[in-house]
Amino acid sequence: MEQDNDKMRRSPRSEEVKLNCKQVSVLLSQAQDQPLSALERLRLEAHLKLCAGCENFMKQLEFLRAAIRRHPLVRPRDGDGE
Amino acid sequence: MPVEDNGHTEAGGQSSLPEQLAAHRDYLYRFALAQLRDENHAEDVVQETLLAAVQKAASFSGRAQLRTWLTGILKHKIIDVFRQQTREALPAGPEHDEATLTDDEFDDLYFNADDRDHWRSFPQTWANPERSLEQKRFWEVFDACTKGMPAQTARVFILREFMGLETEEICKELGITTNNCWVLLYRARMNLRQCLEMRWFDGARQ
Repeated sequence: MEQDNDKMRRSPRSEEVKLNCKQVSVLLSQAQDQPLSALERLRLEAHLKLCAGCENFMKQLEFLRAAIRRHPLVRPRDGDGE
Repeated sequence: MPVEDNGHTEAGGQSSLPEQLAAHRDYLYRFALAQLRDENHAEDVVQETLLAAVQKAASFSGRAQLRTWLTGILKHKIIDVFRQQTREALPAGPEHDEATLTDDEFDDLYFNADDRDHWRSFPQTWANPERSLEQKRFWEVFDACTKGMPAQTARVFILREFMGLETEEICKELGITTNNCWVLLYRARMNLRQCLEMRWFDGARQ
């Protein structure tokens, strides 16, 4: 459960410089919780430029966070009783 | 013409504290149920919250909305339950399976087994997601998706996203490692976005 994550955080060897979609998804998730390093951001951007799936994934994560803030129970509108 | 009567809440015509609390009971219950997903536990934490509110009534400044103040107390009660459940679930229980799902096994669900550079189900562009937020049905699907998450994954996700705790706080509250926290948040997000894509944005949308 832990190895992959550790691997990701270590500085990349040359053959690992390019991130795959799985690694990108891990980093995008972490970016929701803490700032990424400059290197991580560079590598992410390089991947996202070429990968529509991961770009969609990133937008979806951003949407999810914004959506939850507007969850009916988190932020009930006045008179919204049912 | 009300003149300078701010703060004078003991005046006649004001409803009593128990009455004011009771008015929020239903909301608190729904809030608790959404997080805890168990009617008995939800009932218990609401009860405890109202009790605590009566005991702490003096510390309620009145500046905050009563509901906000109550929800703050309730959140702590919910975290207590999560902590308890996490402790109890460690040796066995449904979380056991979840914990033993290795990274590789999990990744196999979402990426090609021999090529992690290929999504099994390529994330789509969600059309007008903002508009979904206005729809009651969207939230039903959303809640069903979070309910479908494995228990410990859901707890960590709820603490992070619904209660706004930082990851370090979550680790501390639940007594799990930082890494475990990252992994569960990752899994929750993977799980939720796929569920919404399949059950809402793909076809059933608008």
